[in-house]
Amino acid sequence: MNWEILGIWLGALVTLCLYSFLYRDNPFYKFAEHLFVGMSAGYWVIYQIENVLIPNWWQSMVPSEGGFNWIWIIPGIFVLFMLARMVPKIAGLSRLSLGMIIGSGAGLNMVSFFQTNAMAQVKGTIFSVASGSVWSIFSSLVLVVGVVSGLIYFFFSKAHTGVVGKAANVGITILMVAFGASFGYTIMARLSLLIGRCQFMLEDWLPTIPRLLGIGG
Amino acid sequence: MRLIIPLAITFTAGMIMILNFFVPHQPFRFLGENLQEWYLIVASGAIFLGAMNLMHVHFRKIKLKLKNWKYSPVTIIGFLVMLVLGLIYGVTEGRPFNYLFMNMVAPMGATMFSLLAFFVASAAFRAFRASNWRATLLLTSAFLVMLGQVPIGAMIWDKIPLIKVWLMSIPNTAGQRAVMIGAAMGVVSTSLRMIFGVERSWLGGTD
Repeated sequence: MNWEILGIWLGALVTLCLYSFLYRDNPFYKFAEHLFVGMSAGYWVIYQIENVLIPNWWQSMVPSEGGFNWIWIIPGIFVLFMLARMVPKIAGLSRLSLGMIIGSGAGLNMVSFFQTNAMAQVKGTIFSVASGSVWSIFSSLVLVVGVVSGLIYFFFSKAHTGVVGKAANVGITILMVAFGASFGYTIMARLSLLIGRCQFMLEDWLPTIPRLLGIGG
Repeated sequence: MRLIIPLAITFTAGMIMILNFFVPHQPFRFLGENLQEWYLIVASGAIFLGAMNLMHVHFRKIKLKLKNWKYSPVTIIGFLVMLVLGLIYGVTEGRPFNYLFMNMVAPMGATMFSLLAFFVASAAFRAFRASNWRATLLLTSAFLVMLGQVPIGAMIWDKIPLIKVWLMSIPNTAGQRAVMIGAAMGVVSTSLRMIFGVERSWLGGTD
């Protein structure tokens, strides 16, 4: 059996099944949709086992050089507590695992978000002030005014009236341009995926049909 | 006790992470680094819980013959096939798990996302009415970015790609930065509320 051609046909069949939704909802689409959900779930479970549980947990608990680190039993117990959610009688245990995830996630995100999403962005805005051509000065002015007025728009502790209201108006204008640009960029990213699928169907799948029928080169 | 123990765990874990950042010395360094690993491990439990729940939902659908139950075996079989092949043969290149991922999961993912191109375009056509000057601005900005991304844009006017680059690097950056800084402030305040037990909705309560 030619596994390469079989793989191409499997890919082509699920692609056609999913694109059939463009006509309307139908059994072929539902079949491929359910298959995608199941296989993706299976993929992510294996991904977690291979990339998180084995290197981070198992190899720390049972190191290759020998011995047994009993302390690493604790995260394993927390994972079991998390799964207790499926058993109504002991579902409350999952709160302990949830508490651990939420506490460490909140502590970790608080400092990392503040560093990368707040301080680094403020620094980037301050250092973006350029000198040189009129155009680059204008651009950096738009950037600084855009960031400050955008922040004022998101500041709801003060009524958007007077000077604050005018600044918020500038902010929403900049945000509209930004959302438009992001939207256009997202559509183009989706279109490039569409082109990729079309190329696969035309260049990979279609040439296999004459080969299978034994005609052509 | 039902609430106090989870809240105490949340407070302790959160404070260890914060102290590890501000006081990167022992014992906080050791505790923080280990807790980060534990966080990854326990968070992976959420994936297993999600998968178990998916199976529970589909087995229930089959048992009660709920709407579209005939497709549920497809989800269950798809899940089990990936799980069993991954566990038995491993995930390296050339193995059945990798073969199915490359030839089925990845194409289905790309097709699903490319389907969105049609729906986003049709939704935009209906929603983006140039009803006021700001909506017109949004529409123009999106149109120029799309046009600047493809060769026909430069064929119409050679400045269109430059306009696209400017739109992406100046107004888009300004807007995204404002959103990011605002969101970071939100994350900081929400994190503090969670660590100090003010925000308890994750425990299932109303307050």
